[in-house]
Amino acid sequence: MTGELGQLALCFALALSLVMSVAGLFGIKEDRVAARGVAVSSAFGLFVFVALAFGALTYGFIVSDFSILDVASNSNTLKPLVYKISGVWGNHEGSMLLWVLVLSIYAALVAGLQRGGARLTSAALGVQGLLAAAFLLFILFTSNPFLRLDPAPFEGAGLNPLLQDPGLAMHPPMLYAGYVGLSASFSYAAAALLVGEPAQTNAWARAARPFMLVAWMALTCGIALGSWWAYYVLGWGGFWGWDPVENASLMPWLVATALLHSALATEKSGAFRTWSLLLAIAGFSLSLIGTFLVRSGLTSSVHAFASDPTRGFFILVLIALAIGGALALFAWRAPTLQGGTAFQPVSRETTLLLNNVFLVAACACVFVGTLYPMVLDATNGTKISVGPPYYMLTFAPIFFALLLLVPFGPQLNWRRGDLKAAWQSLYPALGLAAIAAVVVLAVVTPRSLAGAGAFAVAGWLIGASILDIRKRRGARASAFAAALAHAGLGITLMGVTGTTVWRSEALTVVAPGQTMTVGPYTLRFDGVTRVKGPNYIADRGRFVIMDGGKATTVMQPEHRLYLAQGQDITDTAIHTTGFRDLYLALGDDRDGGRFAVRAYVSPLAPLIWLGALVMALGGALSLWGRLRLSEPETKPATPAVALAAE
Amino acid sequence: MNARKQRRLAFAAALVAVGAIVAGVIIYGLGENTMYFRSPTDVAGNMVHPGVAFRLGGLVEKGSLHHGEGAEVRFRVTDGRSTVPADFNGVLPALFREGQGVIATGSMNGSGTFVATEVLAKHDEKYMPPEVVQALKKSGRWQEGSQ
Repeated sequence: MTGELGQLALCFALALSLVMSVAGLFGIKEDRVAARGVAVSSAFGLFVFVALAFGALTYGFIVSDFSILDVASNSNTLKPLVYKISGVWGNHEGSMLLWVLVLSIYAALVAGLQRGGARLTSAALGVQGLLAAAFLLFILFTSNPFLRLDPAPFEGAGLNPLLQDPGLAMHPPMLYAGYVGLSASFSYAAAALLVGEPAQTNAWARAARPFMLVAWMALTCGIALGSWWAYYVLGWGGFWGWDPVENASLMPWLVATALLHSALATEKSGAFRTWSLLLAIAGFSLSLIGTFLVRSGLTSSVHAFASDPTRGFFILVLIALAIGGALALFAWRAPTLQGGTAFQPVSRETTLLLNNVFLVAACACVFVGTLYPMVLDATNGTKISVGPPYYMLTFAPIFFALLLLVPFGPQLNWRRGDLKAAWQSLYPALGLAAIAAVVVLAVVTPRSLAGAGAFAVAGWLIGASILDIRKRRGARASAFAAALAHAGLGITLMGVTGTTVWRSEALTVVAPGQTMTVGPYTLRFDGVTRVKGPNYIADRGRFVIMDGGKATTVMQPEHRLYLAQGQDITDTAIHTTGFRDLYLALGDDRDGGRFAVRAYVSPLAPLIWLGALVMALGGALSLWGRLRLSEPETKPATPAVALAAE
Repeated sequence: MNARKQRRLAFAAALVAVGAIVAGVIIYGLGENTMYFRSPTDVAGNMVHPGVAFRLGGLVEKGSLHHGEGAEVRFRVTDGRSTVPADFNGVLPALFREGQGVIATGSMNGSGTFVATEVLAKHDEKYMPPEVVQALKKSGRWQEGSQ
């Protein structure tokens, strides 16, 4: 019954999305108030019906209704409740439904907040409605989650054990909140072009700002969660592998970051008008491309649920229409926009321009590295892969150069800045950078020039953030957003450097009673016992950290066999001091109770994710300030004060 | 207006220059760092040179897995037509099995053995890397549904 209810709700949602797009686009003209009302109510209706469908599917998963094909092939009665629920989006059909749910939430927010005025909102709803309709069609015709299975099997196939993990349960909703959040700025940008009045070309940037911030924060957290999961589940001790799937989430993040910065300039001084519009279009386009890469089965990974050519083709057409349509609109309307206000070569605008140049260049490197192998494969069947060295050669130096420039931005005024004064006020940060480099060179072994350099940059970033915070003492909380986000970059950089430069690794085969050493740790292996979990059996190793002959901490890495799939998974054990991770993965069984063990000591590893969290907090502060301040003009921010003083 | 045009021109020129630099970096990076996928038959046909990194894919030959004293392991990768011996010093992924698909990164040494630096885990028991499927199809050893 719930299956049919869900199916029906989806059909209603499709109808409402079509109404919303027609009414929304029709409501662009000033006097069509009624049409705008229809668009707004259908946005709410869309949300209600998609939520209903999503609820119906979730209910099916919770009660293990195996007469629904999607539930039967992706769930299992033995699974703990959390993973029954996260199983809803742990498969292709359910995850697309989640995608549309998030899209409809953003549509409802656009309708409810009415940012940027009635006409802009109406046009944005029209575009959002088109997107919703396209994805609902995709779900209903190629990926229906409510298909029935007759007769219903006694037991379901279960969820891929790799996905049965608290970190990964939250990863897709986070990432989707980010991907789809970019649809809101995309819709607002398209709306600004559709409405086509010069006044609207800055208003859209202000109207879409909260959505950009939410999307960016969610992407930041989603990427961090994914990398954390890869770190502790996959058992290879790394946190980022430049896998196409990881890149698919990194590219929208890079463009969203660029957009956050350029839209700030558009909003404050009207600079980069057309460029911001283009970035908003590019950001969501990359989200769509990312979804296509991940879901089409072009990449072989845990994310490629089912490779069905019709699905890939459908998404490809959808992408072509969305990107092509938006770009055509841009080409048609953008030339009519007036150029922005002029700014001097030394100004905040210039730093934002450089920020954008570097971010887009970095994104281009990732884009080519990700797509080149696929294009080559599709054209002449040559199979190649582009590995981490490529990214170290291209992405890393570009991003590093960007990090060097970051501290200058907040120190320069809009329109015309004073480079000398900015440089002088940054001396303390330079001092911190030098101290960081010297300390790292003097204290940390093995000595690493690259490590010291990276720490100098981290010190430079964090020092500049502290200076920025000091300068703004007493301002409202959102004034500290940039400082916090930039400090987060420095923290993540320290974590990345620590784990890549100073990681120690041990690969040994140990017998019970033997000890092994890795980095500063000595571990005693006490053997392996067989334990039973809710839906798996595991070989659980017992390792004891020995400190001068005394046992301190017990670590229990596991090797699990999931019963429903007959699949093996390593479950790592991580002992962290907050500044250093000891990481153990139990390898294969050798004769006589001996086991292969892989151990890493990763200095500063937790900082990678802490930094991401600090960045997201920066975004949250900015968002909070935005939503509290309904009329941004009432109280000018610090830079505007400086501008007025000129 | 003229000054404005001049500035625009300078801006466009700078943009083109930056674009050219980035394109150059990308092309250089790709040239240095792409790895080809090779099947055991490719290796037997002398398509790879010793010391050049590539990805080897195929099936782990049944009965070929041997453990050394430490963490080193030795196995053979086959596509049914040709077979390549492989050495690996490390912990094999949990899903590594004899008779199943594998992809390993590494290079050939002088004596015809593949020295793996990384053995890739499959994510799922039913899953077969598409490259391996194609290699098996090429050698005629792939049967639809045989997995």
